[in-house]
Amino acid sequence: MVKSIVIAGVGGQGTLFASTIIGEAATLKGFDVKVSEVHGMAQRGGSVITYVRYGEEVISPIIPVGEADVLIAFEQLEALRWAHYLKKGGILISNTQKIDPMPVITSSMQYPDDIISELTGRVDNCIFMDASVLAEQSGSIRTVNSVLIGRMARDSDIEKEIWLEALKKIAKPAFIDMNIKAFEAGYNYTV
Amino acid sequence: MKKLLLANEAVARGLYEAGVKVVSAYPGTPSTEITEATSKYDEIYTEWAPNEKVALEVAASSAIAGARSFCAMKHVGLNVASDPLFTTSYIGVNAGFVIAVADDPGMHSSQNEQDSRHYAKAAKVMMLEPSDSQEAKDFTKKAFELSERFDTPILLRLSTRVSHSRSLTTLEDRVDVPLKDYVKNPKKNVMMPAMAKVRHEIVEERVIKQKEYAFLSELNKICIKNKDIGFISSGIAFQYAREALPDASYLKLGITYPISEELLKKFASSVKKIYVIEELEPIIETACKACGIEVTGKQLLPVTGEYSVELLRNRLFGQKPYNCMEGYDMSKVPGRPPVMCPGCPHRGIFHILKRLKLTVTGDIGCYTLATLQPLVAMDTSLCMGSGITSLHGFNKARGDEYMKKCVGVIGDSTFVHSGITGLIDIVYNKGVGTVIVLDNSITGMTGHQNNPLNGLDIHNNPAKQIDLVMLAKSIGIERVRIIDPFDVEEAMRVIKEEVNAMEPSLIISQRPCALLKTVKYKGCVTVDRDKCTKCKMCMSLGCPAISFKNNKIEIDTSLCNGCGLCVNVCRFGALKKEEK
Repeated sequence: MVKSIVIAGVGGQGTLFASTIIGEAATLKGFDVKVSEVHGMAQRGGSVITYVRYGEEVISPIIPVGEADVLIAFEQLEALRWAHYLKKGGILISNTQKIDPMPVITSSMQYPDDIISELTGRVDNCIFMDASVLAEQSGSIRTVNSVLIGRMARDSDIEKEIWLEALKKIAKPAFIDMNIKAFEAGYNYTV
Repeated sequence: MKKLLLANEAVARGLYEAGVKVVSAYPGTPSTEITEATSKYDEIYTEWAPNEKVALEVAASSAIAGARSFCAMKHVGLNVASDPLFTTSYIGVNAGFVIAVADDPGMHSSQNEQDSRHYAKAAKVMMLEPSDSQEAKDFTKKAFELSERFDTPILLRLSTRVSHSRSLTTLEDRVDVPLKDYVKNPKKNVMMPAMAKVRHEIVEERVIKQKEYAFLSELNKICIKNKDIGFISSGIAFQYAREALPDASYLKLGITYPISEELLKKFASSVKKIYVIEELEPIIETACKACGIEVTGKQLLPVTGEYSVELLRNRLFGQKPYNCMEGYDMSKVPGRPPVMCPGCPHRGIFHILKRLKLTVTGDIGCYTLATLQPLVAMDTSLCMGSGITSLHGFNKARGDEYMKKCVGVIGDSTFVHSGITGLIDIVYNKGVGTVIVLDNSITGMTGHQNNPLNGLDIHNNPAKQIDLVMLAKSIGIERVRIIDPFDVEEAMRVIKEEVNAMEPSLIISQRPCALLKTVKYKGCVTVDRDKCTKCKMCMSLGCPAISFKNNKIEIDTSLCNGCGLCVNVCRFGALKKEEK
C-alpha cells in the first residue's frame, strides 16, 4: 500500500518544509519514499503543490489525480483548486486562511465564498481548522505547516515519536520547540 | 547509508563519489541545486560562471588538463553552450567530462519546451537519462567511466520531475581519482580543419562502438512480463508508464543516445503490442520506426506538456480518474499566478515605465513577471540578453525618434550572462537606445545565487565586483546614470531625460532583492482614510499586500514589509509608514 499526500499552498507559506517533514518521518519508519517539489518561478507567491508518497515501493513521485489519500491545504482557495487530487474516501485537512490571488486583488475575479460548504459536500472527510491562530499561539505564524502536519499525523500509520523525531531533525535548532508546540496543537486539535 | 535526496543533490553526490575536481555552471531551473549542493563538498572546486558557454568550456578544458570535470545547465542553457558542445565531441576528453542538462517539460519555469535529446544526436554525444535519485547518482558515476572509456563528453539528461523529486539514495565513499597526465597533442586538442576531419571519422566510429555497448549495457533494461503489451520509455516517463501499465513488459532506456537498434529489435521480438512513452519529441519512436518496428507513440500521446499516470491511463485505455469536483465550474476558481514579492525593487521601475507609456524590450528573470496584470509593462522577452538586443532591433527598424518611446531592461546577472555584447552592438553600430540594468544584487529567480556584479563568489566569499559604470564608459557609453527605483519622481525624471537623448545610455537601477537577508525593511504601511481618494494608484503596483475591499484600500499587515514604495506613489499622502 502506498500513501499519497498532496500539499497545496501559496509560494512562501512553507509547503516545502511540510513535505520534507513527512518525507523524513516516512523514511525513519522504514518506508520507501518519494517527494516531489516545485522550485523556481512557481514559488513567487504562486499556487504551489508538492507530493509525498510512501509505502513498500513507490513508483511515480507524482500522485495521479483522484488518488491522494490526504490533501493538506494551507489556504482555502488552494484546497478548492487541488481537491480533485483526492481519492474516494480521501481526507482534506485545510487551513481556513484566505489569501487573495492577483485576479481577486485587481477585482477581475471574485474569491469564491462557498468553498467550505462546497468541499464539505464533496469530500468524504473534511477538516477545516484555523491553523494560523494555533500557529501564532505556538510562537509564530510560520509554524502553520507543523500544525497541519500534527493533525494529519494523528490519523497516520506512523507513530507520534517518529513524527517528533523528524521535526527535530529537519527544523532549525532555534525553531524546534516552537514547531513541536505547533505540532502538538494540530495533533490534539478537535472541532 | 540511505538518504532522501533530490536527484540534483544525488548528481552532486555522484560527482563527489566519482572523484570530480572541477565544476562550473550557470544557475537555471531545474538544474541549479546540482551546483549548489556540489559547492558544499570541499574536495570539489565549484564556481558560478557568467554563462553556460563559459561553464562548458572551463569544464571541458579541465578534463583535457587531466581532472574529472562537470558542468550543469537548464535546457535553454545548452543552446548558449552548444558551440563548444559540438566541438568538444570531436576533441573528446582526457579525464572524464560530464554535462548535465535539465529539461522542463510542462514549462514550470522556462520559456520553451525543447528536448535536449536532439543535442545528443546532433553533437553525437552519448546521453544517459536517470529516472530517480539513486539512478541520478549511479548514472553520474557511470558517465565518468564511459567518458574515459569512449573518449567523449557525456550528456546527463534530467527533467524537472526527476531533478526536483526526492527519493532514497545509498551513499558511498569518494574515490580519489588522481590527475591524469596532460600531454601536448594538438592533433586532438586543436580543432582546425585538418585535425577536425580526422576527428570526425573517429566520432562516427565511436558512435558505432557505443551502440554495441548500449546493446549489452545494464543501463538499458528489458523486463518481460505480459507478452501481449509492452512499452519503451526513459526518464520520468518510465515511472509514469510503470505505474499506469503495471503488468506490461518494458524496455527502459538509460542510454537515450545512441539507441541500439538491435536492442529495440530484441524487445520487439518478445512483445506483441508496443507503446513508446516519451515526453516531448518522438525520438525513441522514430528510432523504432526507422528499423521497421511497429509502435504506437505520438499518435496517442502529446508532443507538448508533461505526462502523468492519469494521462497515460486516459490516452491508452480511455480511463477517467475519480473526481470529487465533477460538475463544479472550475472556471470560477481564480488562478494564482506568481507575483513579484512585497518590497520587490522591480515593482518600482516597472510602475515608472508603465506611467511613461514606454515600449519595453525585456529579458529573463523575476522581472519578466512585470508582463502580467496589473503592471503589464513588458513588450518582448526572447531569451537571456534580449532586453538589450531587442531594443537595438526596434531602433534599427523604427528609427532613432522611436527610441524616445522605448527602453530595454535586463537583470544584473543576465547582463553579465549575455547583455554586454548586445550593449557593444548598440554603441558600435550607432544605436541610441536606453538600457536599464535592474541591479538587485543577486540572481533572483533561480533562488539567490551570487554573480560577478554583487562581489561575492559561490561560497559567499568576497570576489572582484564588476564596476558597471566603468564598463559602460570603456565600451563607449557617455551617458551612465544611477537611480533608485523607489525614488519614483527622481527615477522618472532621469529615464525621461535618457530616452530623449539621441545617444546610447545606460541606467543602473539599484536596490537589492527584498528577500536578501541584508535587506531589512521595517514597519508596515497604514491608510489615512480621510486623505485616501480611492484613486487606486497604489493598486496599480500589483503589490500582493494592497487590495481594494468593501470599497476601501486595505493593507494586509501580514504581507506588508514596509518597503514604502506605495507611500512614494500616493499623490494624496494617504499612505504612511508606521513601525510595527
